[in-house]
Amino acid sequence: MTDNIKTDTHPAPLDERAQMNAEAQAAADKASTYEHGWSSDIEQEFAEKGLNEDTVRFISAKKEEPEWMLDWRLKAFRIWQDMESPDWAKLDIPMIDYQDAYYYAEPKKKPELDSLDDVDPEILRVYEKLGIPIAEQEVLAGVKGARKVAVDAVFDSVSVATTFREELEAAGVIFRSISEAIREYPDLVRKYLGKVVPVKDNYFAALNCAVFSDGTFVYVPEGVRCPMELSTYFRINAENTGQFERTLIVADKGAYVSYLEGCTAPQRDENQLHAAVVELVALDDAEIKYSTVQNWYPGDENGKGGIYNFVTKRGLCAGARSKISWTQVETGSAITWKYPSCVLNGENSVGEFYSVALTNNHQQADTGTKMIHNGKGSRSTIISKGISAGKSDNTYRGLVRVGPNAENVRNFTQCDSLLLGDTCGAHTVPYIEVKNPTAQIEHEATTSKISDDQMFYAQQRGLDEEEAVSLIVNGFAKDVLKELPMEFAVEAQKLLAISLEGSVG
Amino acid sequence: MLKIENLHATIGDTEILKGLSLEINAGEVHAIMGPNGAGKSTLAYVLGGRDGYEVTEGSATFNGQDILDMDPHERAALGLFLGFQYPVEIPGVSNLQFLRESLNSQRKSRDEEPLSGGEFIKLAKEKAALLKMDMDMLKRAVNVGFSGGEKKRNEMVQMGILNPELAILDETDSGLDIDALRTVGSGINAIMRDEKKAVLLITHYQRLLDEVQPDYVHVLAKGRIVKTGGPELALQLEEQGYEAVAA
Ligand SMILES: Nc1ncnc2c1ncn2[C@@H]1O[C@H](COP(=O)(O)OP(=O)(O)OP(=O)(O)O)[C@@H](O)[C@H]1O
Ligand SMILES: [Mg+2]
Repeated sequence: MTDNIKTDTHPAPLDERAQMNAEAQAAADKASTYEHGWSSDIEQEFAEKGLNEDTVRFISAKKEEPEWMLDWRLKAFRIWQDMESPDWAKLDIPMIDYQDAYYYAEPKKKPELDSLDDVDPEILRVYEKLGIPIAEQEVLAGVKGARKVAVDAVFDSVSVATTFREELEAAGVIFRSISEAIREYPDLVRKYLGKVVPVKDNYFAALNCAVFSDGTFVYVPEGVRCPMELSTYFRINAENTGQFERTLIVADKGAYVSYLEGCTAPQRDENQLHAAVVELVALDDAEIKYSTVQNWYPGDENGKGGIYNFVTKRGLCAGARSKISWTQVETGSAITWKYPSCVLNGENSVGEFYSVALTNNHQQADTGTKMIHNGKGSRSTIISKGISAGKSDNTYRGLVRVGPNAENVRNFTQCDSLLLGDTCGAHTVPYIEVKNPTAQIEHEATTSKISDDQMFYAQQRGLDEEEAVSLIVNGFAKDVLKELPMEFAVEAQKLLAISLEGSVG
Repeated sequence: MLKIENLHATIGDTEILKGLSLEINAGEVHAIMGPNGAGKSTLAYVLGGRDGYEVTEGSATFNGQDILDMDPHERAALGLFLGFQYPVEIPGVSNLQFLRESLNSQRKSRDEEPLSGGEFIKLAKEKAALLKMDMDMLKRAVNVGFSGGEKKRNEMVQMGILNPELAILDETDSGLDIDALRTVGSGINAIMRDEKKAVLLITHYQRLLDEVQPDYVHVLAKGRIVKTGGPELALQLEEQGYEAVAA
């Protein structure tokens, strides 16, 4: 161990610490309507506060990374240092002090886990509180014959347990934490890492490249249909710990994979930065379906204490007839800045983006997608449903670009905004850049409010005010929700309801 | 069952109901007729508890309970149902989902167990059959793309499923073709003709009253009940018009 590693994270004596934890937990339990607003007391190992080359070296060493990886990170760090935080999005971003955050935290070191029985019971308790669907709880509990959803749980930056590894392995699917993959499959990782989202793509992506702590790697070999849906639960647990997840999913020729990502975070009084990078690569005839239900702590009614979510998600349809679908339900975060995109290089490749973004109170969301058509005959569909309540601001920002050599491209975009009340905002900012005259681009946009007629009608049938709003909102979002895998769709509906609590009346 | 005394209600600054009194007992069917703009729908909305309709004077009780301070969903849970003159569309929400959630919310308010999916579908099928409505219609979004007549028929399916004690049906007959009118009429009889239930029909035409025979007919004009009679009053109105009868 180097001197940098703190084995005890708090200077306070043990019993005092336990008491602080208990108090914090009690306070968090009571504090708000946020269902997942509580904290657990798994011991952390932190990197020293602050960000410099040593932090980068520390993380890399901690991960026992090869030299090339460290070099890659250091290069990224230098690039990041020369970049400026973006301000073009329609967001009011408070200054983030990058030196006032921890960049690495992991649950106290445990021996390698052979089975889930070895998982810290505290972590299992976390799953329970998160309301992980029963099917997955059964999986976690090791119930025989449980429905197959593989859970690679990212708990505060480090993958703690991976299930179904063997069955996946039999199919040839590699499903690993990215740190493991860097050690075990260096050639594969090296071939694709940073190829979809280059280091200098944007400020937060560069930061991620330098300090990413963990994440997920998936490789589905040629012709393989991944035998189960892959699922990862992210959770930010340490106070003041920026989260820099890194996800890389590669579907080789003719492969298919569906990946589910879900996020929750405990309530904290300080804003927490999250700057993940997700890269998807689909080769010829491959299909990747990536679904997210995002439920990070949005801050209290006054906007205090939420997560800052600056995520770079991009898929590359590299092969002919390849397909990438993004489906997202965004209800969390204080600030969201996120544009899951598709680069459609393959001939006749297909990109899809289905999004529900809900903002309440003082939340700000600037999200949308980019569909970059370079391949002949490539097609894309964008369905965006924005819901704004409270004093929130919700912006859809979308780019459809058709390159000069891309013949017969088609795009259809539907952007609908629903306003609850008079103090929120909804904005639609479509950019269309067409350099080939054969392209067919369709864009439809609507803005509506929940009408008094609808409210009274639903209430007269027996729904209370919040149930009525939730029903109408879920109806509005239906075209997107139906794209989600079943268990996620149910969760997403609940989430929309929870997120709107207190927004009416 | 329903007792309204000297009810005054305003929308904004305009008084629409001006001292309306009406009493409906269990087992009875009442009809309200009256010229356009008289306040018939307003009465239905006030009883339902719609926002923006302010009661300035008078009282309304349902089975002895003052309902005017209750939220709309509480009144619904007590067994009050409004058939809307203009049923509302709710995109993306199927009729079945809408009704199941509504019914189970009502049941929850009454401390009853929620209906399971299977039980609910059985109930919905039964009521849809009663109103000769295709189950496929119930899978579609609430009233979206329904014809005028289909919307009205859908109101009656909803009434069947929610099984209220008192149904206030605001021009449920308008927009229905001849056969549909019969179906709806016999549906109302099947669902609501019961010694523990009552119906208030708001209508402009005798033809619905041929199907659902009222015990009392009231004329509502200028915000109050100006005349009450038996079924013959409706016939007289049809012949002579409001001016002559209610003047
Ligand atoms: N939001 C409103 N603001 C102002 N006046 C209103 C409003 N809603 C209704 N009114 C008025 O209240 C009066 C009563 O309307 P109501 O809808 O109750 O009439 P009605 O008897 O149901 O008529 P119809 O037979 O045409 O359905 C009308 O003069 C109408 O213009
Ligand atoms: Mg009317």
